[in-house]
Amino acid sequence: MKFTTPAGTNPIDQGKIVGKPTPRIDGPLKTSGGARYAYEHNEAVKNPAYGYVVGSAIAKGRISAIDLRDAKAAPGVLAIITADNAGKLTKGSFNTAMLLGGPEIEHYHQAVAVVVAETFEQARAAAALVRVDYAREKGAYDLAASVDSAVKAGGNNAKVGDFDGAFAAAPVQFDQRYTTPDHAHAMMEPHASIAAWDGDKLQIWTANQMIAWGRGDVAKTLGIPKENVRLISPFIGGGFGGKLFVRADAILAALGAKAAGRPVKVALPRPLMFNNTTHRPATIQRIRIGAGRDGKISAIAHEEWCGDLPGGGGENSVAQTRLLYAGANRLIGQKLAVLNLPEANAMRAPGEAPGMMALEIAMDELAEKLGIDPIELRVINDTQVDPEKPERPFSQRRLIECMRTGADKFGWAKRNPKPGQVRDGRWLVGIGMAAAFRNNINMKSAARVRLDGSGIVTVETDMTDIGTGTYTIVAQTAAEMMGVPLDKVKVKLGDSSFPVSAGSGGQWGANSATAGVYAACVKLREAVAQKLGFNSDDAVFAGGKVRAGKRSVPLADAAKAGEIVAEDVMEYGDLGRKFQQSTFGAHFVEVGVDIATAEIRIRRMLAVCAAGRILNPVSARSQVIGAMTMGAGAALMEELVVDKRFGFFVNHDLAGYEVPVHADIPHQEVIFLEETDPTTSPMKAKGVGELGICGVGAAVANAIHNATGVRVRDYPVTLDKLLEGMPEFA
Amino acid sequence: MHGPGEFELSRRGILVGGAASVAMTAAPPIAEAQEAASAGAGAPVLARVTLKVNGKPHTLELDTRTTLLDALREHLQFTGTKKGCDHGQCGACTVIVDGRRINSCLSLAVMHEGDSVTTIEGLGTAEKLHPMQAAFVKHDGYQCGYCTPGQICSAVAVLDEIRAGIPSHVTGDVAGKPAMSAEEIRERMSGNICRCGAYSNIVEAISEVAARRKA
Amino acid sequence: MKAFTYERAGSPAEAAAIVGRTQGARFIAGGTNLLDLMKLQIETPTHLVDVNHLGLDRIEATPEGGLRIGALVRNTDLAADKRVRKDYALLSRALVAGASGQLRNKATTAGNLLQRTRCPYFYDTNQPCNKRKPGSGCAAIGGINRSMAVIGASDACIATHPSDMAIAMRALDAVVETVRADGATRAIPIAEFHTLPGDTPNVENTLAAGELITAVTLPKPIGGTHIYHKVRDRASYAFALVSVGAILQKDGSGRVAFGGVAHKPWRVEAAEAALAQGAKAATALAFAGAKPTEQNKFKLVLAERTLAAAIAEARA
Repeated sequence: MKFTTPAGTNPIDQGKIVGKPTPRIDGPLKTSGGARYAYEHNEAVKNPAYGYVVGSAIAKGRISAIDLRDAKAAPGVLAIITADNAGKLTKGSFNTAMLLGGPEIEHYHQAVAVVVAETFEQARAAAALVRVDYAREKGAYDLAASVDSAVKAGGNNAKVGDFDGAFAAAPVQFDQRYTTPDHAHAMMEPHASIAAWDGDKLQIWTANQMIAWGRGDVAKTLGIPKENVRLISPFIGGGFGGKLFVRADAILAALGAKAAGRPVKVALPRPLMFNNTTHRPATIQRIRIGAGRDGKISAIAHEEWCGDLPGGGGENSVAQTRLLYAGANRLIGQKLAVLNLPEANAMRAPGEAPGMMALEIAMDELAEKLGIDPIELRVINDTQVDPEKPERPFSQRRLIECMRTGADKFGWAKRNPKPGQVRDGRWLVGIGMAAAFRNNINMKSAARVRLDGSGIVTVETDMTDIGTGTYTIVAQTAAEMMGVPLDKVKVKLGDSSFPVSAGSGGQWGANSATAGVYAACVKLREAVAQKLGFNSDDAVFAGGKVRAGKRSVPLADAAKAGEIVAEDVMEYGDLGRKFQQSTFGAHFVEVGVDIATAEIRIRRMLAVCAAGRILNPVSARSQVIGAMTMGAGAALMEELVVDKRFGFFVNHDLAGYEVPVHADIPHQEVIFLEETDPTTSPMKAKGVGELGICGVGAAVANAIHNATGVRVRDYPVTLDKLLEGMPEFA
Repeated sequence: MHGPGEFELSRRGILVGGAASVAMTAAPPIAEAQEAASAGAGAPVLARVTLKVNGKPHTLELDTRTTLLDALREHLQFTGTKKGCDHGQCGACTVIVDGRRINSCLSLAVMHEGDSVTTIEGLGTAEKLHPMQAAFVKHDGYQCGYCTPGQICSAVAVLDEIRAGIPSHVTGDVAGKPAMSAEEIRERMSGNICRCGAYSNIVEAISEVAARRKA
Repeated sequence: MKAFTYERAGSPAEAAAIVGRTQGARFIAGGTNLLDLMKLQIETPTHLVDVNHLGLDRIEATPEGGLRIGALVRNTDLAADKRVRKDYALLSRALVAGASGQLRNKATTAGNLLQRTRCPYFYDTNQPCNKRKPGSGCAAIGGINRSMAVIGASDACIATHPSDMAIAMRALDAVVETVRADGATRAIPIAEFHTLPGDTPNVENTLAAGELITAVTLPKPIGGTHIYHKVRDRASYAFALVSVGAILQKDGSGRVAFGGVAHKPWRVEAAEAALAQGAKAATALAFAGAKPTEQNKFKLVLAERTLAAAIAEARA
């Protein structure tokens, strides 16, 4: 099915199941320990061996020698794979560095060997006996020091009008720099895989968000036909972008299994993950805004400096500034330097997440400078069209309503705009807000739907559920389309033998994957109608029956003679180009800052979101509160700290890389505006999983400023950056 | 003393920068690695241990290095207990041993001879959920599900700890009785990290069970 | 983790004797720190002596009116003990400020005192570290050291001691009781227990090889307001940037020990005389000669302000 014109009324609009708050259908499995993650397919893989990965001790240079004698002689060792004996490996299309390094080393903790042994304990012990001699080379590890070497890169370099002239002429000029540090996905399930060969066929149970990409890159890396690779990933213990791509666990498990002649399990040890896998890169951002005294922006510029390994990409933190606020004269640019740190790549809302952290502090600062309420400043500069291409409207844009609704609900009117004025016991209290913005993306997505003689509808797609609630929204979609209750639908995900879906990333999963299921269901409805002798246009699917006129037949009857199978793919025309499809929201945060210690604690959080049809308010709300939590972490504590001498992230475990814990997060509220967007798909939905992280960090930082009067522009906002500006306390 | 990016090579310094040649082993200092090799790299030591898991005794012959977590996951197929960090930094491996919650990753199986271990599988099944499991489903107190078994085992034990009067960091008067409050639950659950960020919902789930049991 | 043999000792003296005579032997109690380090081969024992079943898990009143805390009393049980909560609230508060509920259920009184540093370079075996590998260098000096010591450090090591409990023990004048490999027992005042790094940062306390902690005793209660303020970025389950353990009396006198600032719990008795004059005076004396780095100099300001908060709280 090709989606080329805005959707009219369709079965999804019935809203009997889609859009209803629905507990996750995989909930009982997940809460009882029955959901099987990558490393846990013990019944499918008997007698596995265990692989343990050895990471490089240097960031850049070469391996001059590897001595495997002691490791090979260690008890239980079955095989050791290094670049010397792995055979020819080709870098995957989605990888920037080789997943098995050597002799060239591209980053710290790049895998240089995997030791396979009978037991996990033996593999780990033997891995410690692998002796590697390195010739260390000079690398670049300091982004700030590399700014001058950065070159224009990425897809966000744009000029509209005359920024320099308009900025110079503006009555109010604002010019600030902001920094965001490197961030780790730090998902709870480590990257893990079990690989098993059957002749030249390779099966990998793995933790991967994008099954088709993964299948392709396993095949490419190992130099085998894609058809010989099967990836299985029914449950994924969090990804956030960190599992978009094939990583060392999958490749080394496959190589280890080949060498050992039996299935091999590999999980990346937690202390290895931070430098071995990908991360969100640090940014330096400069924002300049020229405005009138009335707050109207006449000139806006947002520039980014970022770093990555050779061949990598930047963070695109300037992307939202092309679309969020009006202004006739615009300058957007990004520059990329070569850094020999681990591979930079996508993490939840790449671009907007760190971009909004900067832009939305800038708007708060500008509002303060102008003496205009921060919400009003954003209202004044709202635009209903793409500011670079005014002929191109937003499909929906209810940013103002989000902000107004949130202001009412949160008690914004009670906020004292003068910082440092509100005290509650030992706490200085402040309130801050920020806009939320993230683009919607549609991806081609396919599904197969089966109807059996007992009336059970089974959906098969290689789509993944990384905690997003895919199982449930796919089931809701199929149930709505086929007119059956939710418990008559079975959903099978994350298997490369199923039709290729959108996968999970870029908040495109929910709308795209369910649209693919919609397409397959339309085909199944046609096949059922035909089988039962209905004109498919007239047939109504409801209550487990198919009905037209006075005739009503149980749906199951269509499959009495045998299962009916339908498969289709949803593809997209140019609606995404004709209309700017984005999601909007507003974040409100109240913080307390300890008057003595400057410790920061969040007291209240609210997000108001406008993101098209909300397919399942339960899981959508969870996506938003989860993103708010991750954004709170980015605001207050998360930072991969770079040792600029040795070129690695020093705090490479979960004690050193602090992410929020229960005690950091208060009760969170989410409001979804009622909305459908007919330009996005027949589902009329948009992404929401990343919207929640976009802007929340700035709302926290703005609240801290409101509480203390201290403006911190270098994330994370930690107490040491506040102390100097805090009131005397003795 | 040391300029940024440059170290002198001395007993205390490290050579950095330039095309220096350095020798390193993956984990231990070279001397230790070589010593280990000469000592036969330590042939595994096996030990017999009997664990009572979810009410049933299991006798295993295990490498002494096997953690309780790996004994459960790799030897007894109780894969509901998760390995998130293997270093006591995340709480995904939380199980209840003789009535107390612990990180099973930081405990050797051989040290649990005769102990009663309750895992997520022992609390309830998908068909017959424990009230805490059901409350997590109702309040959507999870997303990816990987930290969830640890959160639930912890939650069950937390309510017992509050009832037993064990103080926490947020207990106003440590000599008094801690309250069954959201603040107490948050502090006590802080050893269970949820990167999906389901905290707000998890606290609601636990609070509901707490209120129900109080009634 | 290297292979090791394992046994359960029959008595404290036997445990000490075994560890004293067996090369590569170590005691294991809660295991929450030792196993963590063994997995990374920072600790590489070849024999483990399990001291969990030796009856060292009782808390008893002493004839002097104090408490004798068995070495194996779990952190949770110590924090929850009625006498501790009433008379040594500082200890209870420090304990519950540390780690997580799960870890406190396993971690022991002796093990807590023996915790090793959380310096990230100590934890990364690719990096030089004089504590882990004497003579290899200190990567934290000139590296990432926001969390490191501001006082009492040396050219060889700027690591901190991570314990919260030990801060309280130091303020409470605890005494560490041990049994040695030869069966002899001794009592070590807590002030003499932990050491500064000097040229031998691998040495962290004054225990002899094979010497087993059997108990920690507390003198009789001294009253006062007990305050433990632990300052950290994350609200829980994090090590202290700075912590202040204080016992403050109505007359303005008191005791104070600081955590997160040195290789050992930092208490300067002479500085306590200045407590009545306020936090500024007391911290100026307590941190005289401090040598912070650019990254951690905030700790000095923080220590003063945190102590000021404690004094204000005690007065309120």
